[in-house]
Amino acid sequence: MENSKITRRGLLKSGAAAVTAVGATTIGAPTIWAQNIKDITLRQFGTGVSNLNDVADKVKEDLGFTLEMTALDSDSVTQRAATQPNSFDIADIEYWICKKVWPTGNLQAMDTSRIANYDKIVGIFRDGKLTPESEIAQGTAPHTVGFVDGPDGKEFVQEQSGWMTLIPTIYNADTLGIRPDLIGRPISNWSELLNPEFKGKASILDISSIGIMDMAMVVESMGEYTYPDKGNMTREEIDMTIGIFTEAKQNGQFRAFWKSFDESVNLMASGEVVIQSMWSPAITAVKSKGIPCVYQPLEEGYRSWGGGIGLSKSLSGLELDAAYEYINWYLSGWVGGYLMRQGYYSAVPETSKDFMTENEWGYWFEGKEATDVITSPTGDKLAEAGETRDGGAFEERMGRVACWNAVMDENQYMVRKWNEFIAS
Amino acid sequence: MQKFFARNTVAGWLMVSPLAVILLFFLVMPIVMIVIVSFWQATEFSIIPAFSLENYEFLFGSSVTYRVFLNTFKYALITWAVTLVIGFTVAYYLAFHIRSLTWQIALFLLCTIPFWTSNIIRMISWIPFLGRNGIANSTLISWGVIDEPLEWLLFSDFAVILAFVHLYTLFMVVPIFNTMVRIDKSLIEAARDAGASGAQILWNVIIPLTKPGIMIGTIFVVTLVMGDFITVRFMSGSQSANVGRLISNDIALLQYPSAAATAVVLLVTVLIVIGILLRFVDIRKEL
Repeated sequence: MENSKITRRGLLKSGAAAVTAVGATTIGAPTIWAQNIKDITLRQFGTGVSNLNDVADKVKEDLGFTLEMTALDSDSVTQRAATQPNSFDIADIEYWICKKVWPTGNLQAMDTSRIANYDKIVGIFRDGKLTPESEIAQGTAPHTVGFVDGPDGKEFVQEQSGWMTLIPTIYNADTLGIRPDLIGRPISNWSELLNPEFKGKASILDISSIGIMDMAMVVESMGEYTYPDKGNMTREEIDMTIGIFTEAKQNGQFRAFWKSFDESVNLMASGEVVIQSMWSPAITAVKSKGIPCVYQPLEEGYRSWGGGIGLSKSLSGLELDAAYEYINWYLSGWVGGYLMRQGYYSAVPETSKDFMTENEWGYWFEGKEATDVITSPTGDKLAEAGETRDGGAFEERMGRVACWNAVMDENQYMVRKWNEFIAS
Repeated sequence: MQKFFARNTVAGWLMVSPLAVILLFFLVMPIVMIVIVSFWQATEFSIIPAFSLENYEFLFGSSVTYRVFLNTFKYALITWAVTLVIGFTVAYYLAFHIRSLTWQIALFLLCTIPFWTSNIIRMISWIPFLGRNGIANSTLISWGVIDEPLEWLLFSDFAVILAFVHLYTLFMVVPIFNTMVRIDKSLIEAARDAGASGAQILWNVIIPLTKPGIMIGTIFVVTLVMGDFITVRFMSGSQSANVGRLISNDIALLQYPSAAATAVVLLVTVLIVIGILLRFVDIRKEL
């Protein structure tokens, strides 16, 4: 079914388009587009971080067509992209998921010549380098799964081939979140997660592909082992890594594991946990309750992730044009500004600048002291004047990424071991 | 033709056929599918329909499986025991101490009030109550019972079983109450006239007569607890696992064949448990 180019829906649409085209010849071409695009609905799904109704509303306002948003958790996103190709037009997925989903053939590569701001996309997503000197971090770095050899390519290629798998939309550098009021001393290493001082008050996330990377950061920080590639462990390395954490678990180090954003917020806000792996907006959510919470930059660097939008294989014709229109709009700044004002980064930061105040740009991107109150796009106060962002400026933060969320060659083995860890 | 329809068996078959077809499509076929898939192989992104024992080999070869099954039985057994005691007491009170039918119905409905909200909400509401700085701990501290917050209240086996009992006791109350109200009161009077004490009446008259209700309640509770995964995940803070969680983890990671194999083993286990329970009582007689 997914291979057939003609669907009933597509037929109706193009039929309607033809009729309108004939009727509109006297009025002029742009109107045809403007008239037809209103009828288009694109269905997008992805994780809650970037599937926001505000974006859908703005799309309707700026571009005229309807974008239906479905927000799911990471695992459900993978499942949907891999098993229900006809249930979406646009997949907003993470780069490491791409490695699992691309071989199913449910997505189509994007022609970079149709993407206006392609050249302005941050280097990390094109050649892997933030600056010409920067080293490429371990794990599934986005550029390694960013390109394929042609419109129907199945294999990832390592150079900018002109055919992109995902258009980067959102990314960030993650670290541990702490409750400074309950810890009362500086924290500067990943190894603190397993410090017996925090026995029964630590937590880690129960999403294996991400959790194993956090574990690896901790193991290296403890000085137990240095991985040749944290993002692609051998079976022995997986056993060793999970073994260390299983022992800690049995000694009662952890209070709980979390799987969703809300759970991590609740654990931290209620004081059940004082140190845990966490996501940046979750820290913001804790802070907005008036509870002190810090996204602590650590000596060993950050574990990073990136998301992007991919197009369903079944998209064609006017709908495909609308999707490209949407991608170009996405990179043109409004969404970027919206995401950056939440603490994420946009694929094309320079266009986002136009949609942020000087104070916001200085605080979020340049790591400067806020000159006025910083608020989230929804109006919550995030920082007072005089505060600076954790981790500093964009280049400083993203330049200290030690690894990317990854899918390993031994992924299945790792997943089974992870299950054992949870059950142990 | 007349003769054909006159035969009871044919009419009987025709009468059950709608139900049989429904059960075939919605019960038997999915189970058959699960059994078939459990012998397949899978990679990250595809399922390979080739016969393989790999899933079962892995399942039976891993010590985690046994530990998780043991854990599942532990939850089921403890929950069963607690719900039975509470369920029996509640049903006994409703059936024998409340004289008027109106009050019986009113109190019975009272028992169902918690069921007006969803399972998950009832379960999650325990979390702020039992937490480190929760209502239970702060109350105990203010009473001077404890100095330090009790850590084991939340994210522990205690929390899991507490939630199970809270969620599933009604499934014990209903069938037990149902059989109890059908007990002929004159039997109890006769026992009393014959000089039996309250305890003797309970042990020799009431319990044997409510056995079918207990058994139905037991089947409800045991199957529900063994299949539940969300309660275990939330109340243990993801720190413990039962078989349901094993399956849900597999599904989340697209390991459908492996999940199917675990499901088949769980199904067989539950069927064996029910088979054993049914040996104790003839449920058909009661329905």
